[in-house]
Amino acid sequence: MAKITKSPWLLHYDGSSCNGCDIEVLACLTPVYDVERFGIINTGNPKHADIFLVTGGINEKNKAVVKQLYDQMPEPKVVVAVGICACNGGVFKDAYNIIGGVDKAIPVDVYVPGCAARPEAIIDGVVKALGVLDEKQKAFKEAKKKKGAEK
Amino acid sequence: MSKRSIVPFGPQHPVLPEPIHLDLVLEDEKVVEAIPSIGFIHRGLEKLVEKRNFHDYMYVIERIMDVEIPDRAKYLRTIWCEMSRLHSHLLWLGLLADAFGFESLFMHCWRMRETILDMFEASTGGRVIFSVNKIGGVLKDMDNSMLRTFVDMFDKMEEEVRQLTNVFLKDYTVANRLKGVGILTKEDAVLYGAVGPMMRAAGIESDTRKLGYAAYGDIDFDIITGKDCDSFSRCEVRINEIFQSFNIIRQAVAKIPEGPVSVDVKGNPNGEAFVRLEQPRGEAIFYFRGNGTQFLNRARVRTPTFANIPSLVKILEGCDFADVPILVLTIDPCVSCTER
Repeated sequence: MAKITKSPWLLHYDGSSCNGCDIEVLACLTPVYDVERFGIINTGNPKHADIFLVTGGINEKNKAVVKQLYDQMPEPKVVVAVGICACNGGVFKDAYNIIGGVDKAIPVDVYVPGCAARPEAIIDGVVKALGVLDEKQKAFKEAKKKKGAEK
Repeated sequence: MSKRSIVPFGPQHPVLPEPIHLDLVLEDEKVVEAIPSIGFIHRGLEKLVEKRNFHDYMYVIERIMDVEIPDRAKYLRTIWCEMSRLHSHLLWLGLLADAFGFESLFMHCWRMRETILDMFEASTGGRVIFSVNKIGGVLKDMDNSMLRTFVDMFDKMEEEVRQLTNVFLKDYTVANRLKGVGILTKEDAVLYGAVGPMMRAAGIESDTRKLGYAAYGDIDFDIITGKDCDSFSRCEVRINEIFQSFNIIRQAVAKIPEGPVSVDVKGNPNGEAFVRLEQPRGEAIFYFRGNGTQFLNRARVRTPTFANIPSLVKILEGCDFADVPILVLTIDPCVSCTER
């Protein structure tokens, strides 16, 4: 990623995590780590969001909520799985109702391991997500142009 | 009577870092009834004990196996406990400020909290998950020069925190949002089984630390209570507990004995134990039963947030719709802990 082409807004949702990664996600937004310097803010509204940060291994009840939030986000969108539980279920992998990772529910673009994932790692993941977002945006525009030409 | 309508609150809501769902029954702008539903983060920790090695659960196992840990380890645990309380209360103050729209105050609270996390990182290696306790003691020792540095840092920090908490206690915008809102009377606190700052703000003197686990028995501290039973009172209690924690840490550092930090423990737990601990959010209860193998038979964890949900439902009845996010926050919800 050479430069940031837009101010990406992010949506954070706790997909059955232990709250450890969630407070680290919030810590990213506060003065010491301050992702706002990249123009990133945490929005509570999925319809405004470009990047979806999900923590935790997702349980059966939460699966539908995560899917719904993902569907409500406009294209192009990027999903970042934060923490080892979000990557593969982590310490709760053997629990009876954990589906074992965010990618079992929705497509994931960037994986950030760690227990709890450190703010530096989360920011790195978000910056990687920005690169993916740029590519998706390009592909999205081309597809649109192609569609226009066909008409 | 005006028409009733139901507004869903959560599981995803800007004020909530974690999912909890409330169905709010409204009459105009007043909440008539709140129906909570949880389960979004249930992971089945209590079932998981049958599959995972018992080394993950410390203090209760020590009680089952009758292990007496060295005094220095007890003091170290006390210091880490109080540091956790400090960062938890600062975190909560920040979230509260965010809930009533005081963004800069939120940022300052979290900036101060980072200092404590740095200390955690220096002493345990982790910021959030410490993995520093083990059965029979602790894994890492803090040497005396580190402890002295920490005390110096806390001395400096106390002054900063005082300036910060003055905003909460004296600013009229904060008072307007918190005073007289969400009243939980002493009788109701008993009836609904409130715990922690929620209960103490209603004027009930109770603190599990007074049972004297870890090194709390050797430390002199008073139970902090409030008298107005409202959101402001709960805020005040937590602020006073921050200064109390500074005091407890100072006392613990002054009294900490030299010696080893752990003892060797052999064998598997056989038997049962029941433990009460005072977490930042209130009293937590743990029950474990071992059967002589490396897996446990039964585990039960009751966290403070779970105990406070009935009180939350009570204070939501009759409140303004706009106050719901603040009232949800005043119990200091940790939904992930609740659902295990």
